[in-house]
Amino acid sequence: MSHDMSKDTLPESHDSHGTEVAAHGDPFADPGLPAHEPRRTDIDERAAQRAERQVSLLFILSMLSTVGFIASFVIFPIDKIVYIFPIGHVSALNFSLGLTLGVALFCIGAGAVHWARTLMSDHELPAERHAIEADDEVRADVIEQFKTGAAESGFGRRKMIRNTLIGSMALVPLSGVVLLRDLGPLPEDKLEHTGWDEATPAKPIQLINMNTNEPMKPEDITVGSLSFAKPEGLEEDAHDFQVQIAKDALMLVRIAPGDLKDKQSAELGFEGILAYSKICTHVGCPISLYEQQTHHALCPCHQSTFDLADGARVIFGPAGHPLPQLKITVDEKGFLVATGDFDEPVGPSYWERSR
Amino acid sequence: MTASSTKGAAKPASTRAKPANKAESAADWVDGRLGLYTLAKSNLRKIFPDHWSFMLGEICLYTFIIIILTGVYLTLFFNPSMGEVVYHGSYAPLDGIRMSEAYASTLRISFEVRGGLLIRQIHHWAAIVFVAAMLVHMMRVFFTGAFRKPREINWLFGFLLLFLGMFDGFMGYSLPDDLLSGTGVRFMEGAVLAVPLVGTYLQMFLYGGEFPGTDIVPRFFTIHVLLIPGIMLGLLVAHLILVFYHKHTQWAGPGKTEKNVVGMPLMPVYMAKAGGFFFLVFGIISACSAIATVNPIWAYGPYRPDQVSTDAQPDWYMGFSEGLIRIMPGWEIGLWGHTLNLGVFVPLMVFPLVLVAIAVYPFIESWVTGDKREHHILDRPRNAPVRTGLGAAWISLYLVLLIGGGNDLLATHLHLSLNDITYFVRVGFFVVPVITFFVTKRWCLGLQRRDKDKVLHGRETGVIKRLPHGEFVEVHAQLPAAKLHTYTAHEQPQPLELPAEFDENGVKRKVGVIAKTRAKLSQGFYGEGTQIPKPTAEEHHEITSGHGHH
Repeated sequence: MSHDMSKDTLPESHDSHGTEVAAHGDPFADPGLPAHEPRRTDIDERAAQRAERQVSLLFILSMLSTVGFIASFVIFPIDKIVYIFPIGHVSALNFSLGLTLGVALFCIGAGAVHWARTLMSDHELPAERHAIEADDEVRADVIEQFKTGAAESGFGRRKMIRNTLIGSMALVPLSGVVLLRDLGPLPEDKLEHTGWDEATPAKPIQLINMNTNEPMKPEDITVGSLSFAKPEGLEEDAHDFQVQIAKDALMLVRIAPGDLKDKQSAELGFEGILAYSKICTHVGCPISLYEQQTHHALCPCHQSTFDLADGARVIFGPAGHPLPQLKITVDEKGFLVATGDFDEPVGPSYWERSR
Repeated sequence: MTASSTKGAAKPASTRAKPANKAESAADWVDGRLGLYTLAKSNLRKIFPDHWSFMLGEICLYTFIIIILTGVYLTLFFNPSMGEVVYHGSYAPLDGIRMSEAYASTLRISFEVRGGLLIRQIHHWAAIVFVAAMLVHMMRVFFTGAFRKPREINWLFGFLLLFLGMFDGFMGYSLPDDLLSGTGVRFMEGAVLAVPLVGTYLQMFLYGGEFPGTDIVPRFFTIHVLLIPGIMLGLLVAHLILVFYHKHTQWAGPGKTEKNVVGMPLMPVYMAKAGGFFFLVFGIISACSAIATVNPIWAYGPYRPDQVSTDAQPDWYMGFSEGLIRIMPGWEIGLWGHTLNLGVFVPLMVFPLVLVAIAVYPFIESWVTGDKREHHILDRPRNAPVRTGLGAAWISLYLVLLIGGGNDLLATHLHLSLNDITYFVRVGFFVVPVITFFVTKRWCLGLQRRDKDKVLHGRETGVIKRLPHGEFVEVHAQLPAAKLHTYTAHEQPQPLELPAEFDENGVKRKVGVIAKTRAKLSQGFYGEGTQIPKPTAEEHHEITSGHGHH
């Protein structure tokens, strides 16, 4: 095996007048640009005229399609639904506008490309590349100019000016940073409290069924079902409803006494009814999938799975800790109530959260 | 420009010919103010080489223009407010439902503004194609080595466009404040909270208080329509100026050298082809928008933090980050009354790292190879097996994470265990890229062998010849000179060598760790087993000088 092709890492010179080299026996030399091969439209005027007609036809189709677009806009009522195989039921207006616009645009493009490919010259031409790097003379000249400019400014010599300028330039963006302060409040302990935190054993808060907007009784919650609740007094039209429900949302399950694995968790519940935060401890999605046989609750966003019979322990997925649980009991009228806030902050974990 | 002005206005300062028509005199007018002719001189007939893969960047440019056009239209109707209203519009299933004005105005665009739904669909479809085209375009540039000097800076501009494009897409689909996108915004809250030390502060400042608050949609709106597109427009213009300035790369072939560019002129061929291609792309996206509905926000309903739908998926370009967040084990570390949420923070950090890994590759390669020359001739991917292997490994990592991001869809559609898919992706994250690297490298070497074989033995003609003694052989035809040149035009660099361990006086040389690492890497790139030696002129001569068929 000869090594003469790879003596160094420099490229071989590409010589466009390769025939000369080839004559000396290099079979791989560059033979130079190939001769132009005429297309049919270059030599047959009838073919060229046919191509011209094809291009024009495409442009005419585009015009017709634009007329169709305007006609569709006028004709079809916006709420008209039509069945189109195999897409199904679609808005007639959207369908006709989209297709006519699509055809109008596509035909312009197809016409232009067909024109370029059949009728415009397809002679390949070489163009020289120009050096990007400046030559040494220019380089020396620019560096000299810069040095002159720098010397005339005295930037290097007058150190006090330089240092104070750097100082002032470094400080002035701070104003911009300070201005961002009122983007939002400080976190303080906001994340540690929910709408349930005003509940006390003396003044409990009723659990309100999310669907019926009524207080709940223990017998409403059957084994195998998943019920959702919010604290009493939180109405949908409240100005901060979204912020509150993002923390207060509750899910209730009843688990047969024999299936309860975690004693502490059972004590927070009432007759096997357990109230967990609905907000996933991973990144805050509401947990909504419940497998009644296994008592597993699954978050549909990232598939964290919690065993609700075992204190909502994480048994699969990316969540880092169990769902917080709310202590519940019944009031004198027999309605389910909470007597305090969750046993730990709800939702995703964060730096200040103590375990 | 033709002559410097002479004193006095009595004589015309120019020997320029009188304009032949109105168009010429208008051009003269512009030239006198903007220097039009000088600008057009080198650009009007600028040569562009022709290859299908050079169109990929054009798709990015055109979808970007489509997004801007349709986006401006949408701002005329969209109301970026999280103020709550009760809906009484024409979409009956949501009548009487409380929702934000952002969501209500998106419903209005979809159901009450004629053509509004189409423009919304085109906007979203174009965004999907935009990011996809940027990724594929980047892969083209990567696998052909087009990122090499002098184009490294333009590679970075392109990378920034991809990065910003992804985020602008995320913010854009979050604006309607529907149940699906709101879930994405909630995810972002959790991700921000996971940042150690300052997470809660960042979250409060970003959302203007506790999640969801009423600030995030208007803030996203400003960033989505003004800040990021403004930066992207600047980068895009710079990207294109550099493409013009560097002149396009080209494939090796007869008559093509590092010193020239062979192709057809901008006017008229590429004006027609590239201009026409804009309309082709726009036309196809319009037709898609008529036929296939994307992001039907009316079906999701308005966002409520306590509600969610199954199959919650981001747009495809966020899928790999979704994969990261889904496969990460839920590690939380308690530290003196604080929590380090690695389960979320690690994916949050790996997400940009996956992207940055590909962004810095050109600089790593040029450092490892010590190559300081300009490259305008593209590499065929097979002729750079290690680079091609690394690129393929990166893509495989990306795809593995996409699988992780869609684990629920895969599980339900293919009847697989969700847990098994997740475990597979956890292992695959580390294993699949390694396997892909070695398989791709071997594949490249196989293709190199085939090229060598073709060069030395010609191509198979399919003609079977019977020899006098009864043996059947296939006739091979010599490749034409142009092909021979094309298949052998690539260079095969040699690995960097460390200086001998002892100098001529027998004194041990000091070789730094960095130099050693570099030599090792160079060995890995170009050392043994990384390329099939090119056929030599002697080999070719020996075989073709008529010793019968081999």
